[in-house]
Amino acid sequence: MSDAAIELHEHEEEEDLPAWSLPAEAVDRIRVPVTLPDQVTREWAWGGSTGAGVRVCILDSGIELDHPLVGHVDHSVAVLRDEEGELQVVEDGEGDLCGHGTACAGVVRALAPDVELTSVRVLGAGYKGGGETMLHGLAWAIEQGFPVVNMSLSTTRTKYVERLHELADRAYFKRVLLVASAHNMPVESFPWRFASVISVGSHEETDGLTFYYNPTPPVEFFGRGLDLDVAWLGGGTLRCTGNSFATPHIAGICALILGKHPDLTPFQLKSVLYQTASNAKGAP
Amino acid sequence: MSDLEAAVAAGVLGADEAHRALLQATVEVARAIFGAKAASVFLLDEEADELVFEAVSGEGEGELIGMRFPADTGIAGWVLTTRQPLIVDDLSADTRWSRSQAESTGYVPKSMMSVPLLVEERALGVLQVLDRPPESRVKLREIDLLGLFANQAAIALDLLQRARRARAALAGEGRLAPLARVAGRLEEDERDTALELLQALDRLLAETS
Repeated sequence: MSDAAIELHEHEEEEDLPAWSLPAEAVDRIRVPVTLPDQVTREWAWGGSTGAGVRVCILDSGIELDHPLVGHVDHSVAVLRDEEGELQVVEDGEGDLCGHGTACAGVVRALAPDVELTSVRVLGAGYKGGGETMLHGLAWAIEQGFPVVNMSLSTTRTKYVERLHELADRAYFKRVLLVASAHNMPVESFPWRFASVISVGSHEETDGLTFYYNPTPPVEFFGRGLDLDVAWLGGGTLRCTGNSFATPHIAGICALILGKHPDLTPFQLKSVLYQTASNAKGAP
Repeated sequence: MSDLEAAVAAGVLGADEAHRALLQATVEVARAIFGAKAASVFLLDEEADELVFEAVSGEGEGELIGMRFPADTGIAGWVLTTRQPLIVDDLSADTRWSRSQAESTGYVPKSMMSVPLLVEERALGVLQVLDRPPESRVKLREIDLLGLFANQAAIALDLLQRARRARAALAGEGRLAPLARVAGRLEEDERDTALELLQALDRLLAETS
């Protein structure tokens, strides 16, 4: 992401809340819009929800248009370099350069059929600028205020860590939930290691709604990521495995929850995820 | 790492061949472990922004080395850019992909395990294992094994690249080429004298710094 994009964020509207202290007369202004029941159950969390009204952003290789398992894609943009070499977010008609973004979109659609999907393509601007492209796309997604952003990708470049960390925290406070794939190799990569995101690894079961909370992070949740049929290029499907596919399962479940409880903050949503995880009390 | 250190690390100029053999052994073992029809390593050419076939075992062995394609498209490109491993089965169902694959390599695999080759924070390339036995359902254990294997391949690839950098530095127009030429021209007894001179220079530089 360019410095200009960082500045853009820094000049956003000032929050009207007392940020560092709470005068007595201001208590009313921080009324919590949703309180969790004594026992959070899956029925309370997402019973009856189809994800309607929730905008989900897929930060990936693009999404194939009109794929039967993905359906309507509301908006497709790409992060590309202009003639001066500056990264720009532009309307995209390229579809998917790999198949992976389509696969992630299909997983979200299968769980939460009525979500609005946006594709942010961060592949195709050359490998060399891959990290910058990813950061630029993420910054754009946060600026747009998507309640859920699926990031089945990571970077190992430490030079991006500080900016990525800042973006992840910014997202957390702006109610943009970043759902990020954990690495299943013994390497340091980001942003999944940050506490402000929902990090996802794979379990070996076959039910899409089975997910586990991990009390010994950095990976906080495990979703379905093994041997599953996902949407792929040409309107077809492929059988795939990877944390990349566990991630949109959790993103889809988050979209279901937000469809029913749109005012949940990322902190509350993570608590609801924990309480409804298959190894916690709220699961059936 | 400086060119000179790389040259020292490489040991001798012929190390390139030894490292290539190491990389070849790595893909052969990867293929054997997974009972696969083929395994390959792609090296990222950052200058050209392309992935290059660097070692192949099984189908395509001997024909694919040196073949290139864009580093940010396709499954290998996705794995490289996003640093995430990916296992895909039923690949032949993807007609667009299999057609382009057939045109470029002459071989269309049914399944593919791809994993990035990472050394510290750099992505050097991609390891692919093609066509495991069809009855073998993927297990998490396999992905872990693939990750461990990728580490080994990444180290081999890193050594190969260092050896190449060392060779480039010592050959032709490389920065250290004059040193190599002088060393090459010297007779054996002159070489000892030249080394003593270099050692004296080293001591002098150490004292002045």
